[in-house]
Amino acid sequence: MIDSMIQLAAGEEQNPLIPPGPELLVGTIAFAIVFFFFWKKLLPNINKVLEQRREAIEGGIEKAEAAQTEAQSVLEQYKAQLAEARHEAARLRQEAQEQGATLIAEMRAEGQRQREEIIAAGHAQIAADRKAASQSLRQDVGQLATTLAGKLVGESLEDHARQSRTIDRFLDELEEKAEAAR
Amino acid sequence: MSADQTQLAFDWSCRIMSDNGCGFPAPGLHSFLFQPIFTVAGFEFNKVMLLALIATGVVVTFFTLAFGKAKVVPGKLQLAAEAGYDFVRRGIVYETLGKKEGEKFVPLMVSLFFFIWIMNIWSVIPLAQFPVGSIIAYPAVLAAIVYLIWVPLTFKRHGFVGGWKNITGYDASLGPVKWLVSAIEFFSNLLVRPFTHAVRLFANMFAGHLMLVMFTVASWYLLNSWMIPAAGVSFAMTMAMIVFELFVQAVQAYVFVLLACSYLQGALAEHH
Repeated sequence: MIDSMIQLAAGEEQNPLIPPGPELLVGTIAFAIVFFFFWKKLLPNINKVLEQRREAIEGGIEKAEAAQTEAQSVLEQYKAQLAEARHEAARLRQEAQEQGATLIAEMRAEGQRQREEIIAAGHAQIAADRKAASQSLRQDVGQLATTLAGKLVGESLEDHARQSRTIDRFLDELEEKAEAAR
Repeated sequence: MSADQTQLAFDWSCRIMSDNGCGFPAPGLHSFLFQPIFTVAGFEFNKVMLLALIATGVVVTFFTLAFGKAKVVPGKLQLAAEAGYDFVRRGIVYETLGKKEGEKFVPLMVSLFFFIWIMNIWSVIPLAQFPVGSIIAYPAVLAAIVYLIWVPLTFKRHGFVGGWKNITGYDASLGPVKWLVSAIEFFSNLLVRPFTHAVRLFANMFAGHLMLVMFTVASWYLLNSWMIPAAGVSFAMTMAMIVFELFVQAVQAYVFVLLACSYLQGALAEHH
């Protein structure tokens, strides 16, 4: 054993930069095997897997993005609906207020009108009553006065036309006095 | 198995201040020569060939286990292998060649990187303890493969004249100097480049192995009498060198692949 471990004789040494033929062959074969496995089998294998992984990751990202976009659009839709609803509510309130105001104004105007009508009717009634009363009073007073004056002065005063004028004049005087006194 | 056939670079009985009077068995070129394990029809199969083939086995086995049944959600092994794969693919190939041009060279570069790395790592693995790259044949084969790819690619991409212009860096605007430049470029690109590509890896592994053997042998050689503390120092140096070699091995694999990519990039680039 020891013999074989002793270094080779100096004569066997050669230039280390000149490649020995058999080694070239073995080196070529050894590398060719490595290259062949990598080229034909192993790297296509791992590249496929890496591609799948990339797609899986990108797919996940795309899904997440899609979900986010959808959530965003739904949110905007809800916001829009909410704003619309608020707007609608405000519009309804406004309308109701306006309608109420109009109604009140109309009612007020109607009440005013009815009141004035009633008042006017009352006034007319009163005026008519007064007129009728003064008419009948005037006749009654005239008759009374005529009767009385006839009894006092005689039948001559029976002349109707004159009598009537005198009585009217008298009553006008009375009225004027009454007016003045008021 | 291989220990019997391996030519360890020293004699067991040699110690400092021992009475048999033998000197320090310094490592040298003989440290890189091995007697054949077996011989078939004149073909001598030695330890380095065995290590090269085991390196192939290790790389293929590891990546088959990792990528054979690759999953979208990776296990630990697949994750580690993916990191290595991605390092070469993105960190080297895409960086130099770009994704579009580089894609079809990824298998070559990944193979080169891991094959070289594992071959280098044998340097510090017990029983193996020999970097395959320190035998010039192996780097030479790999450099030749790269050379035989980028040179034809140059002509395929630029045509015959364009290819020569690309290789020689022909630039009419240089005036009369252009012939000198072209000659230098021709010499450096076409003749020297494959040589330096191979020797860079070879020499690093060669020197690293020499250092390791030197300190290892010295640790044993000094282990006698009052020199024992010196043996301790030498042993500590051996440990430090192992760590340093681990670094150099990875760096050299990286540099080899990076250079291969930059040669391809030069071949594909538009000449100015």
